Amino acid sequence: MKLRVRSISRGRAEGYAIVSKKPVSFLGDVNPETGVIVDSDSDIYGESIAGKIFVFPEGRGSTVGTYILLRMKKNGCAPAGIVMKKSEAIVAVGAIIAEIPLVDMPEASSFNMIRSGDFVRINADEGWIEIERED
Amino acid sequence: MYLTKDEEMLLESENETVRKCMEILVALGEIYGAERLVEIKSAQISGISYGNIGDAGLEWLESLNARVAVKSYVNPAGMDIEKWREMGIGKEFYEKQMMVLSALKRLGVEMTLTCTPYYIDTPSYGDHLAWAESSAVIYANSVIGARTNRESGISALAAAIVGKTPMYGLHLKENRAPEIRVIVRGIEPAYAGYEVGKLVGASIPFVEFDRTLSKDELKAFGAALAASGGAGMFHVKGQTPEWEDFDILAEKIEVEPDVELGGCEPDLIAIGCPHLSPDELKEVYTLLERHGRVKREVWLFTSRSVMNEYAELVEKIRGFGVRVFADTCMVVSPASERFECVMVNSGKAFEYLPKLRGVKAIFGSVEECIRRAAE
Repeated sequence: MKLRVRSISRGRAEGYAIVSKKPVSFLGDVNPETGVIVDSDSDIYGESIAGKIFVFPEGRGSTVGTYILLRMKKNGCAPAGIVMKKSEAIVAVGAIIAEIPLVDMPEASSFNMIRSGDFVRINADEGWIEIERED
Repeated sequence: MYLTKDEEMLLESENETVRKCMEILVALGEIYGAERLVEIKSAQISGISYGNIGDAGLEWLESLNARVAVKSYVNPAGMDIEKWREMGIGKEFYEKQMMVLSALKRLGVEMTLTCTPYYIDTPSYGDHLAWAESSAVIYANSVIGARTNRESGISALAAAIVGKTPMYGLHLKENRAPEIRVIVRGIEPAYAGYEVGKLVGASIPFVEFDRTLSKDELKAFGAALAASGGAGMFHVKGQTPEWEDFDILAEKIEVEPDVELGGCEPDLIAIGCPHLSPDELKEVYTLLERHGRVKREVWLFTSRSVMNEYAELVEKIRGFGVRVFADTCMVVSPASERFECVMVNSGKAFEYLPKLRGVKAIFGSVEECIRRAAE
C-alpha cells in the first residue's frame, strides 16, 4: 500500500514500524541512551524505537525535546524514520537537525492502519510512504 | 508554502548548514500554514546556557558552517563570562559554556548575552523579527509593536542564517487581536503578570490597569505573563501601540490582590530578570542610599552593554556590598542552586527558580527587596 504524505524532514528510510497511539514528548518519555520508551503511561512502554519507523499521532512537551532527538542520533539509538499524524515544531526541528526523515498527514484513515511490525518505506524526498504487511 | 526561485535554491544549497536552516523554516511554515517567508530585521537566539543544551547542543552548534544574514544576538548564558568564579561556577562548566559562545560567534552572532536586546538596538513598529527569549518576544510585540513569534533557539538561528522567517502567527495582524479582557487593581505589575499568565494561558490579554505603567513595569509585567502563561503579546488600554486597533471585548475578568508570596527567609536577593535598564539601576542606587549597606547576599543582573555604559553607577552600587553581574541571570545560571531561598522582584524568576533551579522563591517589589537586604 502506497500513500501520499507531507514531507517535513527530507531523506529516505525503511524499517519495521512501532506505533504509539498517544502523543510523545522526547524529553522524558524516551531514554536518550537506549531508545527505550520509559513513560509508563505509554502503550509501547518498555519497547525500543531505535532503528525503527516510529509512528505516533503528535508531539508534546518542552522544546528541549529537539535536542533529545539529536542525542539519540549521536548515541545510535534514534528511530530510522518518523511518521506522524500531525507534525509540530519540536519534533520537526529535532528530526531535521538529526537528519531523520519525517513525514506527516497521510490520509487520516490510513494513519490508523499502520500497525507495529509492518514494514514501512519512507521517501520524504518525493512525499510518499509504502506499507508492507506480512500476513 | 510559496517559495521564490532564490529560496528554492537554498533548499538545494551545497552548504549543508544553509540547506538545513532553510528546511527548518519551510517545515515550520508548512506546519503552521504560512503562505510565504518574510524578511526579518534581527534575530535573537535563546537556549545558549550549556546547562540547558548539553553536549548534544554544543556539538550541533559546532557543526554549523555559515554566517548570519541579519543582526543577531544571544540570550544570557549560564554565567558572567568575567566574574564566573565569583558566582561559584566550576571550570568545566565555564569551558563548555565558552565553547557554546565561540561556536555562535563564528557564525557572526553578536555576544550581547542579554534578554533585553531592545536596550542595545530598538526595533521599529511593524518590523518583522525572529526572537526567541520569551520576555523579549512579548516586549517587542506589545510595547514596541514589532512582530515576532515565540521562536525556539534553533528556529531563531535558522532564521538568522537565512534572513527570513515563515509568515504566520503574530506576523499577521489578524492574529494579534486580544482574546480576553482583564482588569488589574492594586497589584505590583511584575506580580500581576504572573497571576494573569496563570489565568489566560497562551491567549492574548487586553489589560486595564488602575494607573499608567512605566516601560520598565510593562517589561516586568510581560516577562511574568510569558513565563506563567504562554502569550507572545498583550495590549494595555491607553498605553501599548496597537490597543485601539481591535474591538474591545465586552466580557472581562478582574484580578485583585491575592498574593501568596511564600514564607522562606532569603539567603539571596536577586534583581534583574529581565536584565535591568539604566533607570532600574538608578532606582536601586537611590534605594541603597536610603537603606544603607546590604547585610545579605544581593545580586543584580544587567547586560554587559548597560554595565559598561553606566560603569560609574555600577561601581557606586557595588560600594554598598551588592554584586552586579552581566551576561547571565538567576534563572539560566546554575549559580542560584546553592541557595535555599531567593527573594526576587520578578514574576518570571518567581515562576522559574523553583522549577528550573530547585530553590524556593519569594516575591517583593524592588523597594521591599532592598529594604530586606539592609535589615
